[in-house]
This record gives sequence, C-alpha cells and structure tokens, in this order.
Amino acid sequence: MSRLNEANTILAKEIIARYPKARSATIPLLHLSQQQNGYVTEEAMAHVAELVGATPAEVQGTATFYEMFKFRPVGKYLVNICGTMSCQLMGSEALLHHAEEVLGVKPGGTTADGMFTLEHAECQAACTEAPNMQVNYRHCHRMTNEAFDQLIADLREGKRDADIPAHGTLARIRQQIPAEKAVGPVSPDDPARPVWTPAPEVK
Amino acid sequence: MATYPWAAGYVDDGDRPKIVTARFEHEDSYTITRYHATEGYAGLKAALTRTPGEVHDEVRGATVLGRGGAGFPAGTKWGLMPPEKYPRYLVVNGDESEPGTYKDRLLMERDPHQLIEGCLIAAYAAGLSQVFLYIRGEMPLAHERVATALNEAYAAGYVGKNILGTDFSVDIILHWGAGAYVVGEETALIESLEGKRGEPRLKPPYFPAAIGLYGQPTIVNNVETLSNLPWLLRNGVAAYTAIGTETSPGTRMVAVSGHVARPGVFEIVNGTTTFRDLLFGDEFCQGIRDGNSLKAFVPGGGSAPWFTPEQLDVPFEGRVAGAAGSMLGSGAVMVMDDTTDIPTAALTLTRFYAHESCGQCTPCREGGTWLMRVLERVVEGQGTRADLDQLLEIGESICPGKFPHAANSALGLEATPFPYKMTTICFVGPSAYAPVHSALTHFRDEFEARVADTPARRQIPVTAVH
Amino acid sequence: MSDEINVTVNGVPHVARKGQLVIEAAADAGEYIPRFCYHERMSSVGKCRMCLVECDTGRGPAVTVSCMATVAPDMKIDTQSPTVKRMQEGVLELLLANHPLDCPVCDKGGECPLQDQAFSHGPGESRFVEEKRHFEKPIPISDLVFLDRERCILCDRCTRFADEVAGDPLIHFTSRGNSTHIATFPDEPFASYFSGNTVQICPVGALTAKPYRFKARPWDLQQEESTCTTCSVGCRVVVQSSRDEVLRYMGVDSEPVNHGWLCDRGRFSFEATKSAERVLQPLVREGDALAPAAWNVALAEAARLIGEAKAAAGAGSIAVLGGARGTNEDAFAWARLAHEVIGTTNVYAQMGDGLPVGLLGLDRATIDDAANAATVVLLSPDIKEELPVLYLRLRAAAEQRRTKIIELTPKRTGMTPYAWRHVGYQPGTQVAAVDGLLADADVAAQLATGPVVVVAGRANLAESTATTVQALRRLLDAVPGATVLPAFRRGNVVGALQVGMRPGKGGLDTRGTLQAAADGKIECLVLVGSDPLADFPDHSLATRALAGARRIIAVDTFLSASAAKADVVLAASAFAEKAGTHTNLEGRVTSLARKVTPAGVNRADWMIAAELALELGSDLGYGTVEDITADIAAKVDGYAAATPAAIAADSDGVLTAVPGAIDPMNHVEAVIGERNAYDFRLVVSRVLYDQAEGTAHSPSLAHLARGSAVHLHPLDLDRVTSTAGARVKVSTASASVVFTAVADDSVLRGTAWVPFNQPGPNVGELIDCFAAVTDVRIENV
Repeated sequence: MSRLNEANTILAKEIIARYPKARSATIPLLHLSQQQNGYVTEEAMAHVAELVGATPAEVQGTATFYEMFKFRPVGKYLVNICGTMSCQLMGSEALLHHAEEVLGVKPGGTTADGMFTLEHAECQAACTEAPNMQVNYRHCHRMTNEAFDQLIADLREGKRDADIPAHGTLARIRQQIPAEKAVGPVSPDDPARPVWTPAPEVK
Repeated sequence: MATYPWAAGYVDDGDRPKIVTARFEHEDSYTITRYHATEGYAGLKAALTRTPGEVHDEVRGATVLGRGGAGFPAGTKWGLMPPEKYPRYLVVNGDESEPGTYKDRLLMERDPHQLIEGCLIAAYAAGLSQVFLYIRGEMPLAHERVATALNEAYAAGYVGKNILGTDFSVDIILHWGAGAYVVGEETALIESLEGKRGEPRLKPPYFPAAIGLYGQPTIVNNVETLSNLPWLLRNGVAAYTAIGTETSPGTRMVAVSGHVARPGVFEIVNGTTTFRDLLFGDEFCQGIRDGNSLKAFVPGGGSAPWFTPEQLDVPFEGRVAGAAGSMLGSGAVMVMDDTTDIPTAALTLTRFYAHESCGQCTPCREGGTWLMRVLERVVEGQGTRADLDQLLEIGESICPGKFPHAANSALGLEATPFPYKMTTICFVGPSAYAPVHSALTHFRDEFEARVADTPARRQIPVTAVH
Repeated sequence: MSDEINVTVNGVPHVARKGQLVIEAAADAGEYIPRFCYHERMSSVGKCRMCLVECDTGRGPAVTVSCMATVAPDMKIDTQSPTVKRMQEGVLELLLANHPLDCPVCDKGGECPLQDQAFSHGPGESRFVEEKRHFEKPIPISDLVFLDRERCILCDRCTRFADEVAGDPLIHFTSRGNSTHIATFPDEPFASYFSGNTVQICPVGALTAKPYRFKARPWDLQQEESTCTTCSVGCRVVVQSSRDEVLRYMGVDSEPVNHGWLCDRGRFSFEATKSAERVLQPLVREGDALAPAAWNVALAEAARLIGEAKAAAGAGSIAVLGGARGTNEDAFAWARLAHEVIGTTNVYAQMGDGLPVGLLGLDRATIDDAANAATVVLLSPDIKEELPVLYLRLRAAAEQRRTKIIELTPKRTGMTPYAWRHVGYQPGTQVAAVDGLLADADVAAQLATGPVVVVAGRANLAESTATTVQALRRLLDAVPGATVLPAFRRGNVVGALQVGMRPGKGGLDTRGTLQAAADGKIECLVLVGSDPLADFPDHSLATRALAGARRIIAVDTFLSASAAKADVVLAASAFAEKAGTHTNLEGRVTSLARKVTPAGVNRADWMIAAELALELGSDLGYGTVEDITADIAAKVDGYAAATPAAIAADSDGVLTAVPGAIDPMNHVEAVIGERNAYDFRLVVSRVLYDQAEGTAHSPSLAHLARGSAVHLHPLDLDRVTSTAGARVKVSTASASVVFTAVADDSVLRGTAWVPFNQPGPNVGELIDCFAAVTDVRIENV
C-alpha cells in the first residue's frame, strides 16, 4: 500500500494542524510519502489530496512542479552532479562523464542493482567547493574521480549509512512544537491585532 | 588564513567586522549552548524592552538592505504593510538557489539560532504571530540544524506562547521546499507555501506587503537579512551604520567561485569593498588561479549581466553597479579566466534559467528554451551566423529595448545601465537572456569563430515536383 | 461622478471608469488589445503576455499588462507604440514556436484566436527551426472532451474555468517550464457537468468536444441566436448548423442569465434533434400497431376522438397534460384549444414533480437578485443537478463572498460545500427545520442584513409538496420582503403555466387527471409533449391511468413510453426546428430560433393545435408564430411588455411581471404519520443525466446516466447489508424493488436516496403520490 501508513497519517495530521490552511501542508506531506515509499506514488498523491482538501489533479500539479519529487522508483542513492556555472567552470562535465562510466548509466538512469540513480543537477549552493555533487542531497565537495570512486564504494558497503539515509528521507530531525507552548495557526480570517502591539494613537 | 573544516567554503581572513558570521569559528556554533555563550538572544531581550514601533524604527534607521537580490531596505519593506490590517505573516526566504550564491545555507547550518532570533525581532516589530521558515529542499543539513535549534528555542521559551514571560507570542513553522529555483522569487515562495505550484504572482497587484500569504499582509525576508537583526539590536544603529557606506551600511556575505586562487564565502564591508579587492586582495581570493588572467566575471548571481576587468573598481554599492550595467543581486561572483570558453559558459547559465522557468508566461517558457537550443547548436559547431542575430531577436522578445551591459572600451561601448524592460512576469526569463547578451556583447568574436565554417543561412533542400 | 477617470488611448482623450482594466477601457475607446488568457468572466492572470501595452502615468512609458492593470488618472495608454508592436510580434512568434501548424485539419481553424491574432498582430514569419514539442495527441480527458497538448498555449482558461467557475479543479497544469501541460489525474477524468465550456473558451484547437470533432468547418456554419430549453434557466445560445443539420451550440454571454456558460447536458443534447429515433410522421392506431398516416387523416382522427369523448361524457372527460417542452406559443395555442375550443378545465403543464403553480404567484426574484442578495435560502432540489447554470451563478455569489447561502435539503447537494449553513432534514420535517433555523440568532441576524431570496422547489419526489409549502410560507412570513425564485425544472414549464396550461376553475391537476383516468373517468387524454410513464413520480398510478384512459392523443417528437400507448400520435418538431419564445424561471421571455427544417413532416405544436381547432370547427386565428407572440402580449397577464419587437430587440429578452391571475401559494395542512424505527424515509430526486428524451437520444450523453441504485449513508449500509454493491430489496407496504446498494455520505442517516428516471429498476414503483412521505424497509437479498 502506498498511501501514507498509519503512523505517517498521524504525523501528516500533526503537520497539517500547524498551518492556517491545510493545503499549505501539501509539499511536506509529499516529502513524507516519498520518505515512506522512496518515490511519490499515485495513491499517495490521492491520499495527500484527501488530507489537504484538494483534488488529486491539484496535488499532482503541485508535485510535478518540484524536481525533488520522483514519480517512479529511483535508486537507494540519488547521485546529483551539479552542472551550473561554477561547477562547470571547474570541470563538472568530466566528473559527470566519469560517473556515467563508473555507474554504467546515463543521467536519469538507475543502476541494475537499484543502488544508484544518476542525475545532472543545477546549482547546489556550494559553488566555491566545485565541482560539487550531492548524494540524497548531502553535499560532497571538490570532487575528483578518485573521490567519486571511493564514495561509491563506501555507499555500496554501507559505510555512509550514518550520514546518508536512503532516498526520500530528507531531514532526520523534525520540528516538535510542544502543545503547551504552541500559539497555533493564525487564521487569515482573524483580524485581531496581536496583544503586544499597541493600538495606534488617535490623532 | 582561517578556514574551518566544519564550515566548508567560509573564509575568515583579515581584520574585518563580522556581524553574521562571528560564531563560525566555533565548531558547535549551531547549538544553543554556544549561542548563549556568545550573547545569544540578547538582541531579542533588548527588543522586548522597547515598543514594536521603536524596534521597527531601529531597523529602518540602520537601513538594513535586503540580501536576497533586490537590495530593498527591510525596514521600508515592513512599513509597506497597510496599517491596522491583521493578521500578518512573516515568510523567511531560505530557498537560496541563485547560481553562485551560498550564504543562507551556511547561516542556517552554522548559526540557526541567530536566524531564529532575527525572526523573533521581526515578528515582534511587525506585530505578527506566525512565521514560516521556508528552507530549500535540497538542504537537509540546514533543515536538521534549524529544526534542532527551533526545538531548543521552544523548550527554552524563546519561541511560542508568552516569550520570556511577556505577552509576545509567536510560532515559527519550519517548512521545506522540493526543488524549484523560481520559488526563491517572493511571490512564488508564497504560492509554494500555500501548497501550489511555485509560480510568481503578478506585481501589481500582488505585492506581498499588501496581498501576500492567504491574501494577507506578508513580509518576505531573506535569511541573511534577518540574521543581521540580533547584532543590530545588541549594538544599535550607530554601530551598524559605522560599517560600510550611508546607502549600503553593514556587511554582506559574498561567495566568490570559479577561476580564483582561493574561492570562498566572505563577510565583506558593504559599499566600500570593490571587486578588485575581492578578486585580487590577499585576505580574499588572492588573484586568478594558476597565474591566469581575468576574462570576465558575473558580479551578482547568474542573473546579472557580466563585468570584464574594466569594472574591477566598482564597489559593492548597488547604484554604482547598476550604473555600470549590472547588479549586485544575491552576493555571488563567478569568475572566468582566460581559458574559459565563453559560449559554453553562457549556455550553462541559460540552460539553468530555461530549465527553471515555471512555464506560466509565454516569453520565458518559450523564449528561454529557444535561446538554449540555438545556443546549444552554436556551441556544438552547428550554428549559423543568422543564429547569433536570432539569439538577440529572441532576447528582445523577452526584454524589449536596450538591455543593460557594461562599458567595453576595446569595442567602443558605453555602459547601458540597469534595469531592463521585460515582457515576462518575473526575472527568470530575462535571466536566461542576460548571459547570452553579455557574452555576445563582449565576446562576439568567439561566437563568430564557432559559426565561421557553416553557411550564412541554413538551406532547406526543396525538391521540385511537377 | 468621481467614478470617471480621464485617460488617453493612443492620444485620444477617453473617459474610463474607476477600477476599470486598461484592456477594457481601451476596448471602450475602440482599441482592441489582442489577448489569449484574458476572459471577462474570469479573474485576470496575465500569463500569455499578449495584451502588453505601454502606459505612462507621469514617469515615462512603462510596459503594462493591460488585463491586470487598472486605469489611473491622466494615464496615457499606448497600444500601438513600436515597443508594443515589437512585444506583440515577439509573443506571437513565441506562442507559435511550439504550436503545430496543423490548421488545415484543426477544428478551430477559421475561428481561432491564435490564427486571427497571428494574422492581425503577428510578425508574418516564423524563424523557429528547432524541433517542436511533442505529446501524444489527442487524449480524452473526459467522456466529452479531448485534449491536444501540442496545440495548447497554456493560457489557463480551461483550468481557471474548472477551478473558479465550475468548482471542479480536475484539470491542472502539470510538470514545469517548457514541459508544462494540462493533465487530469490518472483515472479521474474531467467529469464536470460544465466541461463543454472549456472547449468554447479555448483560444486554440487544444480542446475539442467529441460531438463536434471533424464535423464541420467554421466558415460553413450558419447560426441563429436562441435559448436553451433543457431546463428552465433559459441560457442564451447560438445554434449552429451546416447543410440543415444542427452541429453545435455555443453559449452566449447574457448578463442577467448565463454569462456565456452552459451545462454539458444543454450543450450536447442537440444530438437528439437529429436522432434517427425521431417520430417523422403522424401515426394512427390500427389494432395493436401505430401506422403512418397523412396529417389530414391523423388530425381528423384526433378530432373525432375528442368529439366522441365530449359526446360520451362531456368536456370534463377530456384532459390535456403537458406544454412544458414547447414554446410559449405552443403552450398558448394548446391552452386556448383546451380551454376555449374543447372546453375542458383539466389542463396542466406539470407532471406531479414540482411545487404547486401558486409558487408563481409569489413575489418573484430574478437570477441577478439571487446572485446579489445578502442571503439565499435554498429550499429546493439540488440545483447543480436540476438547474446547473443557476448553480454556477449562486456558487460564484458565495465564492465571491457577496452572498451567504443557507441550504435546507434532504441530502447534501452540489451547493453544500459553498453553503454558509446547511440543514439536512428528514422528509416531512421541513417546518421544524425552518423553525430551528429561524431560532438561530446568527441566522436571524444574517437574514436581517439585506435582501433575501428563497429558491423554492421540489426536493423529493417521494413526498407530497405540503410540508415544503408550509415551510416556505413559514419562511416568507418570518422574513418580510423576501422574494422567491421558483426552482421549476422543465424547459418552458414556467411559460406554459403562465400562458394558461393550468387547470381552469374546478379543473384537475395532473395527479387528479391520472387518478380519474385510472378510475375510467377520462375518455380522452391528450399528452402534449408529456410522458407520464417516465416523468410522473407515482409509476403505478401513471401505468393505471394510461391503461384506464379510453383514448390517448400524443403530440411528441419521439415515441415515448406514453406516446406508444396513444391512439393518435401527432409528430412534433423539436428545438431548433421551430421559432417562438421561452419563459425562464424568473419570468424572462427570450427568443427561440428555427435553424433547421423540421424532421420528417413534423409540425410545431402550435400549428397542430391550430389545425386541430379547425378540425373541431374553431379558428384560433394564427397564421404565424409572431401572431401568437403578439396575442400573448395582448392577453396574458404580465406579458404586456413581451411583444415580438421587444423580444427581438434584446438578446437578454423581456422580463414579465408576476401574473396576478395566479393565486399565491398558501398554507396547507399536512399530516405526517408515525414512523417505524426500522424504516428508511425515501428521498427521490433527479440528477443531471437521466432518461429524459433529449439526453437519452443524444449518443454523447446517453451513457452518462448513472443508473438506478439505492444510496445509503455508509453507517446505514452497514446496518442493512455487508458491502456496497450488494443487492437489496426496498419495500413499501404495496411494492418492492430490488436495487444495488451504494454507500454515499451525502445521504442523511435514516433516509434512502434513489435517483429518478434512471436506467434500471424503477423507483417510481415505490412512490404513492397521495402519501405525505414514503417509508421503506430495506433488506439484503
């Protein structure tokens, strides 16, 4: 079943409750579904639609806008090689070609063992550390062919499990808002002035 | 020289004032313990002893410029909200993705409490009780650090109900993106936060200060901008404006990447530091790599028209850079040395913007991709001379009239100042054109050489049938 | 006066209205600004960028999106500057870059805004030599609409319509940038009742409607403006035909009525006009069979049957039912024939499925009144199912926060999501529901804030009208000044009732007539486009009545179940085959056009009435349809302004006055019996697609009827059976019918809902039209 499971459904409702409008939780919930299933399934989109009160077509419209959401299975590790300017100036094309050779797939492809999906990516905000790449969005700086080979070997052997979770998991730490401290969502229909803000002087 | 293994890219060299990166030297700079040990939350406490209006005045008085790209003063931006219209929201723009730019990621990873404190000060001054902290999806470490910091801050009573025992209450909700450059545009950020496709809204009428999140007045501020506020509240306007120039006070973070000897992210003094200081100064990039010479540089993120060595003495002062034909944007400089293949470099940026077009308006959706495809042909040696003019024609459909460019004395060109006219909703379309225009303006000979061997006009064979 | 804003348009001074969009102000000044995404009935999005102009408000000419920007004092609007021309040429070249040039085989070719504006504002040359974007084409996005994503220019009109106007956001932009396209969710088609509108507003040939694909070239089409008679909203349409065949309806933007929109049932039911099933000549019974006959033979036979009946048992043994499917003129001619020539008072246009005719005697609201009222109370059937475009108007009023909707219905409806208050009531408890509502302080305060319109109609066919009438009276007494929009459903039922198709003094209504027929007291039953076997809720009574009537004369376009039992069938012309006028539910009289030659030798109902009158020895005095229109204006209460000239002069028609001749509906007593705790109270109502002639004989629509089934609240379904989809027996004291059970949380607990007139088991078997309510037992089979 690729709808959200029971635990994630509870979590989803907690996330929704933080927003003034449920639909704002669409992207976090899609991430949650991708964390559960490794990619975003149709059933998950339909489930998210139910939860946030949109149509599945609307959720699909949102989901497909964002590149991090995958709609078919990808490898355990998504290998994103940056090709934007600073990385390109510093040799990212050569790195990408090396990666293609090592993994035996072209960008967009997944290795036969389901371990790696290779992608050409755009700027990863680490431009001084070019050429840069990410594995499941964890940065790997100043990559060389040797460093790449080592990284792939380590990943295959599970040596990076501690810092690189499987595809779909973004942050392993979630925000927790203690119920007694939460102010709660501010409805756009509530025109009250916050109490600490003084009323304007009457002139 | 000081670099820190825990803050890859950050270079802490020379004796300059540090406003936002002061804690980076500590490995545990992201913890609440370290934050407490380094005047953490003192800015918030200082703010709470004043009225919201006084705090607003302080921010306005310091002219804290927006660090997201447009450089609009934060205090003025807050003041654009219609008086007495509530509720209001603060949306923190942590969707940093402009090519060449990274500083917000470092600030979130290395000093999340400083950002949280900045949010609290802004919320207090602007009179709002819900903040959305939108972090780019591809930055899980930043997300983890901010999540941890928020959990600590809630536990310590800095965030949530009745902060530090006062009647000031605000929630900060951590929200993550999912990979779309255009969401960095503030109205697209709001759309995305509403659970929709990140398509920019039209301004006017959708100025977020008036019609923003859920149709309510909304402040959208950049991470670096907000990170300035704790220091400002601790040290006051005079100390803040003592740094930099009158119109560009304080410091700003700048990432210099590409073909320099020592690429890095630096906190520089605003207004006075020049590009020559930055690219060639000992405390900064220490010149071009391998003793090569400078060919060109992108001064303000991938969207900015290019500068050549002629503009090295332009300082980090928006108006000067604008008059010189470009912009300072998001604080990102990308340097090309004399080995650089200009058409390929231009293609790399154009491809980025074509790829990142949201697709809602015609000139960007169709024009960006068209530019990219013609450029691809040219780079691959399949282009024609007509293609070069065609590139400028497509560009004119995106930006009618004169497009800004720097002066080039060798070519006898005067500068055309910023900004440009545009047929698109937002800046993504023009950004696809900017590198093409700059490259063709300053380095047309390289393109000419690429198409020299192809016929002047592509011939389509026609077989006559009788 | 402060609403006036002085601007110049291309140098010429012009007075615009405050808040007016630049694109509209320029249009008023005679400058058409090209556009694709802009649509005056939807919000502006400024996406296509075709309408860019230059406006100068003192700081120099600025590129301005004329569909988003409003006029400002002293604004200089320039729609022709070199920059503007360059931008227009640029946008068109870019739009055409990926647009396939398959115009020769595109249905839109010839009426295509992209073609037209490329011609008028384009660069005249395409320099795009790259390969174009490719998608599989075309793909069906619903049963009725196909999408060609290669032709699509992503103007957001269809998606905006689906979201903003129809409230069915089932199509959406998908993917990003240059790969953006319109998509439905897999296995969830664009099953909107209003999908055809997207085809009409598509500015290119990306969306096409199945019934029209590859049927004609636009330049071969001829058109006449007319009124849709599928329901009583009376949407304005143009009827388009080629070679004497109706091929398409298009909505016309009538400000007081439909704003250009149509429902799919109205839009596509034209197929019935050219159906091969039509009756194409008069028929006369010969033993068990109906045989073709010449008009003179059939009319003489009809006259003979009427004369015989009159001779046998007097004019009171003759009844005339129907008139709602025709024009005002048809109804008036038949009313005169019935009342004056035949001399019967047993005349009625309703088929026992509406509220009493006295509803038309109440202070009437217009659709605009309702859509601008502070409060609308819906004491009515599901208007999304029965009066779809009225639903669009009221939904818009609610969504735009003009109007608060208070809904009192026996099940959740299409309007419920937009209602400010929804009260679900068990059939028979309407009065208590109204009392409860009025006791609510918030509701009382809301009702006092401004104009209140009550939309009143028959929400349940398995229940007498008495309690609804009581509840309505209670409401009107409590809210002085409230006006009523009568939710009568059938095409021209309001017109027919108002011009005289209602009982004379002492005459029988439909229920009385059918009871009399069942009792053998009706010598001759005349059905004027009416089909009691399909439409009268109490099927058993209708069956006994048609068996008990000694003679039956049917005037019809199809050989309906009832017409098949007739002794004489007089072949009638259908919509688009006859001219005349129509009265909608607010009393608006609009024109109906004859666009094609009637099928076979068929004649308009009014001609049949006139000729039958001649056979019976009277001359109604009508030579043309205008004669009757003029006669109605002269004689019918409220219609004085509805002269042929006045109707022809205004596309929006003429609003008639409330007829003083109809007594306003008044309080009636109703007694609701005790209820067995194990019983379900039956709710029967219509959905948009049913077995009505226009739908059943339109191939594109026929299969959309959902089929008969009993719908129960999921918890109730658990109570009686194990699973949805099971067969259950639904029984009253006298009848039982086996249905498939469906779980449906729009149904109130303790009630069972069955859609009316659907393929499958006939729920009419369970309805007793003399009972106040219908309680049923439901058992698993």
